[in-house]
Amino acid sequence: MSTTTTAAAATTATPSLKDASQARQKRMIADHFTDLSTAKEQGKKVVYTFVPGNLTELISALGMLPVLPEINALQSGMRKKSGGYIAEAEKAGHSEDVCTYVKCDIGMKRSGNIGPTGLPLPDPDLLLLSYTGCFTFLKWFELLKQEYNCPIAMLHVPYQPDGVVTPAMRQYVVDQLENKVIPLMEEVAGRKLDMDVLAEHLGRSAQAEDDLCAVWESAKHRPSPIDGYFGGVYYIGPIFTSFRGGEDCVAYYRELRAEVEERIALGMGPQTPIGQLDDQKYRLVVEGPPNWTNFNDFWTMFAQEGAVIVSSSYTRVGGLYDLGFRHDPSDPLGTLADYCLGCYTNLGLPSRIDLLEKYIKDYEADGFFINSVKSCNSFSAGQLLILRELEERTGVPGGFVESDLVDPRYFSKSNIDNRVQSYLQMLEAKRQGGFVAA
Amino acid sequence: MGEAMAVDTKPDPAAEVLERARTLALDLNLTEVKRWKAENPGCLAIGHMPIYSPRPLLEALGCLPVGVFGGGDEIDIIRGDSYFQSYICHIPRSTVELGIAGHLDCLDGMVFPSICDVIRNLGGMWKLLFPDRYSAYLDLPQNFDRDIGGRFYAHELRRIASEITALGGLALDPERLRVAIEDDNRRRRAIAQLDAARFATPWLYPASEAYLVVRAGSVLMAAEHADLVDSYVALAGQRSNRPLDNVRVVLVGAFCEQPPMGLIISLERAGCDIVADDFQHGARTIVGDVVLHDDEDPLDTLAFCFLDQGIATASRYIADDEKGGALIAQVRETGADGVIFAAASFCDPALLDQPMLEAACAAVGIPFTAFKYSENTGQFQVIREQAGAFSDSVKLWGDTSHASLTQPSPTEQGVAR
Ligand code: SF4
Ligand code: SF4
Repeated sequence: MSTTTTAAAATTATPSLKDASQARQKRMIADHFTDLSTAKEQGKKVVYTFVPGNLTELISALGMLPVLPEINALQSGMRKKSGGYIAEAEKAGHSEDVCTYVKCDIGMKRSGNIGPTGLPLPDPDLLLLSYTGCFTFLKWFELLKQEYNCPIAMLHVPYQPDGVVTPAMRQYVVDQLENKVIPLMEEVAGRKLDMDVLAEHLGRSAQAEDDLCAVWESAKHRPSPIDGYFGGVYYIGPIFTSFRGGEDCVAYYRELRAEVEERIALGMGPQTPIGQLDDQKYRLVVEGPPNWTNFNDFWTMFAQEGAVIVSSSYTRVGGLYDLGFRHDPSDPLGTLADYCLGCYTNLGLPSRIDLLEKYIKDYEADGFFINSVKSCNSFSAGQLLILRELEERTGVPGGFVESDLVDPRYFSKSNIDNRVQSYLQMLEAKRQGGFVAA
Repeated sequence: MGEAMAVDTKPDPAAEVLERARTLALDLNLTEVKRWKAENPGCLAIGHMPIYSPRPLLEALGCLPVGVFGGGDEIDIIRGDSYFQSYICHIPRSTVELGIAGHLDCLDGMVFPSICDVIRNLGGMWKLLFPDRYSAYLDLPQNFDRDIGGRFYAHELRRIASEITALGGLALDPERLRVAIEDDNRRRRAIAQLDAARFATPWLYPASEAYLVVRAGSVLMAAEHADLVDSYVALAGQRSNRPLDNVRVVLVGAFCEQPPMGLIISLERAGCDIVADDFQHGARTIVGDVVLHDDEDPLDTLAFCFLDQGIATASRYIADDEKGGALIAQVRETGADGVIFAAASFCDPALLDQPMLEAACAAVGIPFTAFKYSENTGQFQVIREQAGAFSDSVKLWGDTSHASLTQPSPTEQGVAR
């Protein structure tokens, strides 16, 4: 999935505020990739899996290490390596029309599978196909199955067309976990799952989730102390990826929350690539994944005009905690099922629109903006209807640009910059009672 | 190679049935559906998108199941384009166009089966665009254990059945469902006969005709469609066309958005006998008869057959079987000389699958070629030249030693696990 970014912090020119949380995240990432590079020598098993509907607590409770190919792909985008990897995959016969995360991953594998910290990534001992909210996942791991000689565990998570998780859907996921996924994971791990250990991990997840929610909610303040999209992708890193359920993850979110609360007390805005954004002229909600190849350019287009992103759907791909979900240690498998079922891209289009409408209203946004990603049908198909519906329901104007996640060929900087500028000008004109066509 | 159509100067014995099939298959106004509804007052017509929907269930609820395959090249897209970005395939925009323009007004509901994220999201769009009409998302299982995926899927089917009953359909009745399953078995046997006849004597049964005959079933009850297919098979078999020096190909990837008729005909004219294909894959998703048991609820039987007898396709997870194995088996069984990968532009399932299938073909020396199309592609020259060059090279250099002309029973075709 067009997901997040643990290691974004490790690889890019990040905002300059040197918070303790940021330093911790960097260390966590570095340690994780060092662990991965020596996993085989340490006898640790490695599981490749996806971000939405990830079973991190289960993986770590069995002593295994996760690798998230989506994260590798986005990091390759940020490190300007994705273009070459995609070319490599297309040369090998992959269509130019399909998800560039897949091609980036395959190209990276064929180029030596070097991770974001420069250390080699180990081959998987298990492909854990958590098929949640994106059809491409299924194909992606079928493709990886051709590359690696290892077993594959499939967890089919039904889609929520009506925004409702029925008992049958939940039972289906639990049945698969119990009868298929966990037995295979135990076989690969060489040990039985200890439910008490899993419950401990889940309890820690819930603590971190509480703190993350407080961070999201902080954007209701003026000025917002955070950027809930560009900055938000850094915040979701630990919890959406390899660290949820761990002590470090709890500590990270505790620190982050404290830092954000301090910023509120001081009336400070978030750090951006061009400095601290205290003077916030526009509050926006964003739908769609970011572009990774020109991440800071894209952020700067908004920040330099005083636009802060107060909320976004992308930062909910790995869990809608602000709607109340928490991992529940008293029902380990049921809670994992609920988690998988509840990811943003697993919601039907009407529910996605309801959620964005809620964000626009709750966060008192002046407008919303859609970054429509060529790669990603899961997000993109239907976004033009989302645009219309939201404008109708909220009365706030929407902006729309097209780019890609990691294919630099589809980020047209001047074109996107023009679009962003004219959209913000329209917001300004509207605010002053005038009208400017978008 | 030159033009390669079977030529017969005598009147075509299958002309009439073929014309009927053409009218039924390509009529975007759904005249047949309207006729059926007038003849069956109070009964519902339920549309469904590709690939697979459990039509016997809809029939058992007293409904006419209607396959919706977009607008093809027959409709101008006026409003549909404003709902989709340029990098999304064509079928959702023409389907929205059909809906907005009123072509689908005679449908009382729509089912969107889980094939890909586009159809999935289209299902959500439908609810917003047509809030007064019934629409359902049908989550097909990707776990193939009866106790797990089977249970879930049976539950999905019961849910949809009760919603359609509430809409005005008949109550779910096991006996009516048994009859509908048997009717569907008859239809499936008829299509299997047609497929067998195609690869035995493709000069009598061109793919472009088989396409129409199978697609005509989109607007017919199974029993009536079986009759139509049977009569086409019988009548086309009376033709005296002669075999042509064509290559035999299996065409893969066109299971959802359909290529325009002109494209299929162009391939034939380029010297390709399409002896098997995945056009309207739903008509062939289940392989063999669905066997009813006295001690099993027929709805469970219908659910389980999807698990046990479902054919390999891009939207179905291939768990333990070798990826591409079903395609290789199909090539061998139909005696094909090669494979044409024909996918709709931006079709994720087909295009992500393709490299794996190509690798499987390459590994056993099956020649292949690939192109993309859109349902409203108007220019076929390039594709025709490509297909012609492929046909020539297979004839000149292709290793066809793997090909056999023996006919498998229809149930021997590749089944996914
Ligand atoms: S299609 Fe979208 S959600 Fe799926 S893997 Fe690609 S970027 Fe992620
Ligand atoms: S053509 Fe392909 S991508 Fe488009 S709706 Fe059909 S299966 Fe999905």
